[in-house]
Amino acid sequence: MHGYLHIDHAKMVFDTKKGKFTALSDINLDVKQGEFITLIGHSGCGKSTLLNLVAGLNDPSDGVLLLSDKEIKGPGPERAVVFQNHSLLPWLTCFGNVYLAVERVFGAKEPKARLKERTEAALDMVGLTHALHQRPNEISGGMKQRVGIARALAMEPKVLLLDEPFGALDALTRAGLQDELMRIVEETHATTLMVTHDVDEAVLLSDRIVMMTNGPAATIGDILEVGLPRPRDRLKLAENPGYHHLRGQVLEFLYQKQLRKAA
Amino acid sequence: MSAVTFNESSLKDIMNSPDTTPLPDAATSAPRPAFFPPSGPAFSAAVGKLLRAALPPLLGMALFVLLWQIVSASGGEHGLPGPAKTWESAKLLFADPFYDNGPNDKGIGWNILASLNRVGMGFGLAALVGIPAGFMIGRFQFLSGMVAPIVSLLRPVSPLAWLPIGLYVFKETEPASLWVIFISSIWPIILNTAAGVSRVPQDYLNVARVLNLSEWKIFTRILFPSVLPHLMTGIRLSMGVAWLVIVAAEMLTGGTGIGFWVWDEWNNLNVEHILIAIFIVGIIGLLLEQVLVLIANRFNYE
Ligand SMILES: Nc1ncnc2c1ncn2[C@@H]1O[C@H](COP(=O)(O)OP(=O)(O)OP(=O)(O)O)[C@@H](O)[C@H]1O
Ligand SMILES: [Mg+2]
Repeated sequence: MHGYLHIDHAKMVFDTKKGKFTALSDINLDVKQGEFITLIGHSGCGKSTLLNLVAGLNDPSDGVLLLSDKEIKGPGPERAVVFQNHSLLPWLTCFGNVYLAVERVFGAKEPKARLKERTEAALDMVGLTHALHQRPNEISGGMKQRVGIARALAMEPKVLLLDEPFGALDALTRAGLQDELMRIVEETHATTLMVTHDVDEAVLLSDRIVMMTNGPAATIGDILEVGLPRPRDRLKLAENPGYHHLRGQVLEFLYQKQLRKAA
Repeated sequence: MSAVTFNESSLKDIMNSPDTTPLPDAATSAPRPAFFPPSGPAFSAAVGKLLRAALPPLLGMALFVLLWQIVSASGGEHGLPGPAKTWESAKLLFADPFYDNGPNDKGIGWNILASLNRVGMGFGLAALVGIPAGFMIGRFQFLSGMVAPIVSLLRPVSPLAWLPIGLYVFKETEPASLWVIFISSIWPIILNTAAGVSRVPQDYLNVARVLNLSEWKIFTRILFPSVLPHLMTGIRLSMGVAWLVIVAAEMLTGGTGIGFWVWDEWNNLNVEHILIAIFIVGIIGLLLEQVLVLIANRFNYE
């Protein structure tokens, strides 16, 4: 018996002009339903690649990925992705971008008015009601990322895959969206995999932090269990000694164990 | 005097600008008080900007007319008609552009319309066939491999080489000239559309894959809008080719059209009219191009 999401000896080899490049090797991970996992590691180690494997956008060169005991074969709307580069369609408005996803997931069983409501609610949640009818090239980078988040959340996915979703946001918006994400995930019980570079974010949000070694042939270096009670409050956590201990452990992994290897 | 120094400085600006854009962009680096009412220094700055933009083309045109005058004057009695004489002739010609004295003597307006009509039909057919073909070739690697040798073989063929085939198959000049326009303007549409389809960014296709969109939705929401700018480039190039080809084709097929008219005036030895025809062809080509550029800009999302 294994977890809801089961990754077994996954390996990813890319064919490049200079020959084969092994990005990931021997990835083993079991994720429980409703669990919040963050992936952390240095740039270029293969976090996006691992997320793409779970999304089904890439097939593993070796090993197997199972979601509720079924092999992951290609992508699907039950696994929503917030892409690292937001990937909005430039010819659609913010509304249009989210609506495309809502229509795909709920269009068969709900009337148009309800789809419209869902779309507006999703954009409202990320604070973009005022930008409904603007095109991606007319809004800031942070706003684009928020549209990307709204698009994924509006699909009410079973698995939520986020690739540095808050990367281009200022600290304030970032904090607001982190709280929002915690609330939504608690409500929907979505199983979440999120890539981040931010240690505080990782500790605040996750049940477990998956720390990856540097590539090539990156693998999971260590997994940190975050036992902090929920619901979590960023202000109270700041006074929690456990929080600082966890933070220290992640930092140590990233900046002592891994950096030395890279050097 | 002031105009000369002005021009020198603008030339220097162009030379110094790192990317040497063809338009004098120096105005952006100079302080530009945009919100003041047009008076005093702001007003003269605005006038200066206008001058700077208008001066080079005006100067170029003036030089062109001057050269023309010199060439025509140096030819003596049998030289080319000069600008003034051509202008007078043009005024006469356009005084009554839509007269109709039987099949071989129609006003210039009718001839222009006949040519535009042919270009529109031949080019429209090319678009009708070329756009879907381009999409198919871009989407399916196998098809692309099949078509590639045919395209590379046929594309370099001179448009007029197709005319005898058209005449032989259709037995009439009208469909033959449409055929020539069709076959010579279809390649840019096919090639640009296909290139656009194969260059749709992977990110957009990933969105389609995650959402698991239907083929139809992928086409209308992702493929088509993404290819549109390339498609417009193809259409622009192909329209240019069609307009180039029509004049030559009409010279050979006769009847009506600006090309036929040129040939007819050559037989009448009316050189002014030939010069006028060259201007007409140039101006209409320019207008067509500009209209298509305007439409293309409408679909530019970057
Ligand atoms: N399609 C591909 N073809 C070839 N190599 C690839 C491809 N995608 C990723 N790689 C390589 O795999 C490695 C991991 O890339 P990946 O994008 O997963 O890194 P990352 O951890 O997400 O980095 P970042 O934090 O900067 O986003 C990199 O060395 C990258 O060059
Ligand atoms: Mg990445």
